Amino acid sequence: MEGIAYWLPLVWAAILATAVTLYVILDGFGLGLGILFPFAPEEERRDVMMNTIAPFWDGNQTWLVLGGGGLLVAFPKAYGIIMSGLYLPIIIMLLALVFRGVAFEYRWVSKPKHYLWDLAFSYGAIVATFMQGILLGGLLQGITVVDGQFAGGTFDWLTPFSIFCGIGLLGGYALLGTTWLILKTDGPLETWAREKGKQALVIVLAVFAVVSLWTPFALPQIFDRWFSWPNMLYLAPVPVLTALAALSCWRGLSSDAQSQPFISTIALFLLGLIGLVISNVPYLVPHSLTVWEVAAPPSSQMFMLVGTLIMLPVILGYTAFVYWTFRGKVRAGEGYH
Amino acid sequence: MDVDAVLLARIQFAFTVTFHIIFPSFTIGLAAFIATLLVRWRMTGEERFQRLARFWTKIFAISFAMGVVSGIVLSYQFGTNWSRFSEVAGNVVGPLIGYETLTAFFLEATFLGIMLFGWDRVSPNLHVTSAVLVAVGTSMSAFWILAANSWMQTPAGHEMINGIAHPVDWVQIIFNPSFPYRFAHMFTAAYLTTSLVVLSVGARYLVANKFHEDAKTMIRMGLGMVAVLAPLQLLIGDAHGLNTAEHQPAKIAAMEGHWDGSKPASLVLFGWPDAAAETNHYEISIPNLASYIITHDFNGTFKGLKDFKPEDRPPVWAVFVSFRVMVGIGLLMIVTGFVGAYLWWRRTLFDTGWYLKAVSYMWPLGFIAIVAGWWVTEIGRQPYLVYGILRTKDAVSPVAFGAVLTSLTLFVLVYSSVFSMGVMYINRLIEKGPEGKAAETPDVLPSRPLSAAQDSEPQPGAAE
Ligand code: HDD
Ligand code: HEM
Ligand code: HEM
Repeated sequence: MEGIAYWLPLVWAAILATAVTLYVILDGFGLGLGILFPFAPEEERRDVMMNTIAPFWDGNQTWLVLGGGGLLVAFPKAYGIIMSGLYLPIIIMLLALVFRGVAFEYRWVSKPKHYLWDLAFSYGAIVATFMQGILLGGLLQGITVVDGQFAGGTFDWLTPFSIFCGIGLLGGYALLGTTWLILKTDGPLETWAREKGKQALVIVLAVFAVVSLWTPFALPQIFDRWFSWPNMLYLAPVPVLTALAALSCWRGLSSDAQSQPFISTIALFLLGLIGLVISNVPYLVPHSLTVWEVAAPPSSQMFMLVGTLIMLPVILGYTAFVYWTFRGKVRAGEGYH
Repeated sequence: MDVDAVLLARIQFAFTVTFHIIFPSFTIGLAAFIATLLVRWRMTGEERFQRLARFWTKIFAISFAMGVVSGIVLSYQFGTNWSRFSEVAGNVVGPLIGYETLTAFFLEATFLGIMLFGWDRVSPNLHVTSAVLVAVGTSMSAFWILAANSWMQTPAGHEMINGIAHPVDWVQIIFNPSFPYRFAHMFTAAYLTTSLVVLSVGARYLVANKFHEDAKTMIRMGLGMVAVLAPLQLLIGDAHGLNTAEHQPAKIAAMEGHWDGSKPASLVLFGWPDAAAETNHYEISIPNLASYIITHDFNGTFKGLKDFKPEDRPPVWAVFVSFRVMVGIGLLMIVTGFVGAYLWWRRTLFDTGWYLKAVSYMWPLGFIAIVAGWWVTEIGRQPYLVYGILRTKDAVSPVAFGAVLTSLTLFVLVYSSVFSMGVMYINRLIEKGPEGKAAETPDVLPSRPLSAAQDSEPQPGAAE
C-alpha cells in the first residue's frame, strides 16, 4: 500500500487524536468542576464555579461530536465496531451528559429550588467521566471482532482495568478543574482550589504509576512494544517529562502562580495521551484492526480533509476569541445570567 | 440478531430523534427571530426590541441546551445501534455530518457564549453579530443534516462496490433529488412553528391583560409570518409530494391510502387503512381528486399499494394518519393567518377576544405538525433505511436484546422527566414575561472586566 491510501488514514488518525485531546482538555475542566461540586457545598461557590465555564461548555463539548463524527467520516467500520462493542458505557455517558448539560440552564431558572440541578450537574459529570475512563480502558483491552463486526458480549468492557481507568480519569479531570479555578477565581475559592488540586495531583500520579505498571502485564502486546529495542529508547523521555510536569504542577499549586498549574496539568494529559498513541499505533481498534483496515475510501476522506483543513483553524481562532472575550477572574454575584 | 432487537432499536431511534427535532424546530426559528429583533434594535434604537430579544434569549438558552444534549445522543446512535448502516452508508453520510459539525455546530455553540452572556461585556455590534452567527449556524446545521437525510430517501451520486456505497459526485450527493424540497419544507416549518409560538405568547399576554406593548409587537411579527408562510408551506408541500411520487411511489400510495393502482385515486379525507384486508374502512373521500393532485389529471393513475409486494410496503396506518395530522394543521394555520390578517386590516385585531384566546392555545401545533411530517417521511421510507439500497433490518448493530432494552428504558425515563422539566421552566419564564426577572441573580453584569488585574484597562469594545 502506498501513496494516498497510505497517508490519508494516518492524517485522519492524527486529526482524530487532536479532536479527542482537545475534548479531553476542554471538557475535562468543565467536567472536573462537576466532580469538585460535592466538596464545595456553598451555593455562592457553586455559582462562581459554574459561571467560570458557562460561556464555554457548549463549544467545549462540541469536540466530542467531532470526535464521534470524525470517526464515522474517516473510519466508518471502526465507528460501528467501537460504538456497538462499548454500547452501554456510551449510552450511559450520553445520558449523564444530558443531565450535566441541561443543568447549566435549569439551575438558574429553578433558583432558589435548584438543589436537584446541582445534583444533576455534579453526578452527570462524575458518571460521564467515569464512563469515559471505562471507554478508554475497554478500548485498550481490545474489542472482539469477527469478520469485521463486533462479536463480543454486552459486558466485555467491564474489567478491573477499565474501572481503574475510570477512577484515574476522575482524578485527572478533577485536577484540571482545580487548576482552571485557580486561573479563573480568587480569594478563598482559589485557596481552596489549590488545596484540592494537590489532593487530585496525588491521585493522578498514583494512577499513572499503577497504570504504567499494570498495562504491560495486563496487555501483552503493549509489553512487547515497550520493552523491545529501540522502542525503549524512544519511550524513555515520556516518564521523565511526566515527572517534570508533575513537579511543576505541584510547585505551581504551592506558590501563587496563576497559570502554571493549569499548563502543567495540560502537559500531563498530553504526555499520557502521547504514551497511549505510541503504545497502540497503528491500531485503531487495539490489536485487531489498523487504521488502514477500517479507513473510508480516499474519495470520502479527501472531501472531508479539505473542509477540515480550512475549518479547523477558523474554529480554533474564534474559540480563542471567545475565551479572550471572557478572560479574567469571575467573582461572586457577577453571574453572567 | 432476532427481529425483536431490531424493533427495539427502531423504537429507540424514533423516540430520541422525535424528542430532538422538537428543539431544533424551535431554535432554528427563534435564533433568526432574536437576530431580527436585535438588528431592528440597532437600526431603530427602540428599547422594546432589545427587551424582547433579552426575553426570548432566555427561552432560547433552555431550548438550545435541550437540543444540544439530545442531538449528541443521536450522532452516536448511528454507531451504537446502526453499525451496519455506518458501514454501508458511512462513506457518504459521514462527511455530510462531519461538515455539519465543522461549519455549524462549532459556530453556534461557540458564539452562543457571547449571545447569552455578552450583553454587557461586548459591544452591541459584536453581540448582534454573535446572535446572527448563531442563527446562521442553526440554518447550516439544518442544511447538512437534511442533505444526509434526503440522500437516504433519494440516493444519488454514489456507486455501490461490494455492497458499500462509495461517493462519486458530491454535488449530486448533497443536492440529491429530494433535498431542495425537504430543505425548503423543513425550514419553512421551523419558522412557521416559531412564529406561531411568538404569536400565541403575545395573545396570551393580551388575554391576561399584561405587557401590552410587547405583546402587540409579538403578535404583529408572529402573525405577519404565519399569514405569509402558512400558504407558502402548502405550495412547497405540494411540490414536495410530487417529487416523492416520482421517487418513492410506495410512500405516496401509503400517504393517500391508495390500494388499487389500476383505477384513478380518490382523495381520502378520513378512513382507517387495513393492511391485512388491503382496503380502507369508514372512508370519506372525494373521487378522483388525489389523481388530480398527484398527476394533474382527474383520470390519471399512479401506483397503489397492491402494486408492491407486501414486504416492500411501508406501514400504512402510521403514514396515512400522520400525513392527515400534518396537512390538517397546515390548513388550520392558513385559516389562522387569514383571519388574523383580516382583523388586522379591520384594525380590530387587538380587541377580538375570541381570536386572541383561540390563538393563545395554538403554540403546540407547529411542533405536532413537524413530528407528524417526519413520521410520514421516515416511516414511509420503510422497509428501507437507505431507499432501495439498505433495508432497516439489515442495518442494525450486533448488540444484544437486553442491552437495547436497557438503553431504551433509560432514554424514556430520562427524556420524559428532564425535557418535561425544561418545558415547565420555559413556561415559567413566559409567565414572568418580558419585564419580569428570570432568576434571582443579577440580570445585568457590571460593565467592567471580571478581573481585578484589569480594572484600569478600558473594556474592549464596551464603549460605543
Ligand atoms: C432541521 C434541523 C435538524 C435535524 C433534522 C436534526 N438536527 Fe440536530 N440539531 C439541529 C438541527 C437539526 C440544530 C438546530 O443545529 C441543533 C438543535 C438545537 C441546537 O442546539 O442545535 C442541533 C443539535 C445537534 C447536535 C449537538 C450540536 C452541538 O453540540 O452544538 C448534534 C450532535 C445533532 N444535532 C445531531 C443530529 C443528528 C444525528 C440528527 C439526525 C438523526 C439531527 N441532529 C437532526
Ligand atoms: C429530525 C427529524 C426526524 C424525525 C422526527 C425522524 C423520525 C424517525 C422515525 C419515526 C423513525 C422510525 C421509522 C420506523 O422504524 O418505522 C426513524 C428512523 C430513522 N431515521 Fe429518522 N427522523 C428524523 C430525521 C432523521 C435524520 C436527519 C436522519 C439521518 C441523517 C435520520 C435517520 C434515521 C435512521 C438511521 C433511522 C433508524 C432506522 C429506521 O427505523 O428506519 N432521521 N426516524
Ligand atoms: C399544508 C399542507 C402541507 C402539505 C401538502 C405537506 C406535504 C408534505 C409531504 C408530501 C411530506 C412528505 C415528503 C416525503 O417524505 O417525501 C411532508 C413532510 C414534512 N412536513 Fe409537510 N406538508 C404540509 C404542511 C406542513 C406543516 C404545516 C408543517 C410544519 C409546520 C410541515 C412539516 C413537515 C415536515 C417537518 C416534514 C418532514 C420533512 C420533509 O420530508 O420535508 N408540513 N410534508
